[in-house]
Amino acid sequence: MWSFSQLTDWIDRSLHSVMGDGWALTVEFILIGVAILVAYAVLALFLIYAERKICAFFQCRIGPNRVGKWGIFQSVADMIKILLKELIRIDNSDKFLFRAAAFFVIIGSICTFGAIPFAKGLHAIDFNVGVFYLTAVSSLGVVGILLAGWSSNSKYTMIGAMRSGAQLISYEISAGLSLMTIVILSGTMQLSEIVEQQGQAWFIFKGGLPAVIAFITYLIAGHAETNRGPFDQPEAESELTAGYHTEYSGIQFGFFYLAEYLNAFIIAAIATTMFLGGWQPLHIPGWEGFNRIMDYIPSVIWFFGKTCFCIFLAFWVRWSFPRLRIDQLLSFEWKILMPICLINLILMSVYVIL
Amino acid sequence: MSNSALFLVVLITAIVLVSAALGIALWLAPRSWNPSKGSAYECGIPTRGSSWMQFRVGYYLFAIIFLVFDVETVLLFPWATVMKDMGTDGLICIAFFFVILTLGLAYAWKKGALKWK
Repeated sequence: MWSFSQLTDWIDRSLHSVMGDGWALTVEFILIGVAILVAYAVLALFLIYAERKICAFFQCRIGPNRVGKWGIFQSVADMIKILLKELIRIDNSDKFLFRAAAFFVIIGSICTFGAIPFAKGLHAIDFNVGVFYLTAVSSLGVVGILLAGWSSNSKYTMIGAMRSGAQLISYEISAGLSLMTIVILSGTMQLSEIVEQQGQAWFIFKGGLPAVIAFITYLIAGHAETNRGPFDQPEAESELTAGYHTEYSGIQFGFFYLAEYLNAFIIAAIATTMFLGGWQPLHIPGWEGFNRIMDYIPSVIWFFGKTCFCIFLAFWVRWSFPRLRIDQLLSFEWKILMPICLINLILMSVYVIL
Repeated sequence: MSNSALFLVVLITAIVLVSAALGIALWLAPRSWNPSKGSAYECGIPTRGSSWMQFRVGYYLFAIIFLVFDVETVLLFPWATVMKDMGTDGLICIAFFFVILTLGLAYAWKKGALKWK
């Protein structure tokens, strides 16, 4: 299978042959930054378009169809429009924190984004405590949301932020415990190592019943962590206008919107990496010919195919179920989901010993 | 390339993205001001008082229980990493921890901390 490390090694070698070591390193860092930015922006545009089309499909509508063929440039047009809108400042707000909130939300999102192994050899941050890093950095978004709600000095944003805080911290535990079951199975927290181990069989097949339960609980908890679908209490538009970002306008609202979509992608990507084998192709032990054919499909297509499948599940759930009440939401987490996760953890350790 | 340096690069990328987009918006977007534009949005009714006041947050108990369980997650991650090598001993050791934890959750549940009031 073709590896992206050939490309990166070639860039590394040619840069070192042209300039000194210090400059080559600087250029490489800039290239990595630009690549992450471009991937982030393109994925956001694609996800917004995909969500609108899928939503339209579930509601028997056509969806965006004016800008470009099949409306494919709709999200680009939206992006330009949102950049040209006025940034309204609220008189009584805390001006500094009001601006700072967007930084926290985007930093939490991009830092997680940078740690995902996208394809063979295409991997920016690869800590040996990768899973731990993911759970730690992705929780930075909560700080941004709480800041946004508090600094706006408006009742709707305040209530939205408080709800969001309670919801995000609650579901974070379930998400962490579900990922931990896979750490028990693999014996490592490094993401590249975890993907490497799934070459023969993906963890969802290798881990038996505990892995399947962990996959489902992770999807539910992750979906709740992105404030979407039936779990969108923090921005329940029928009761809180827009929740924690009511007072934001223009691109400042855009940041929250961007982070929400990218977080949906990140949750799907982590689920793919941990449970569905990341960029590894589907291998069935004993079927030599089948395995060889599967190896011909590039690793990028495997990764994005599986991630799109997980994202489609999230969209499907979002547009099919009514919103939960906040007390139902919290008691679902603490009384059902978390006990299941704890029992599942024990089940997995028994499974590993046997 | 070390991971810490890469992490710094990604962090700076995020800050550059937000600052650049904010800069472009401040440069291109129109600017106007009037008193009602600067007031907090509450569906047309004038705002009464500040929202930075004391109010009852129904879920502060959840936040306290969260603290316990989050620290527990931090403690469990190293155990999970070496679980495979430790085998039955690892499971027995952590079982005590789990029992205490479950008792704590059961106690909170019994006391009504998980109930909406």
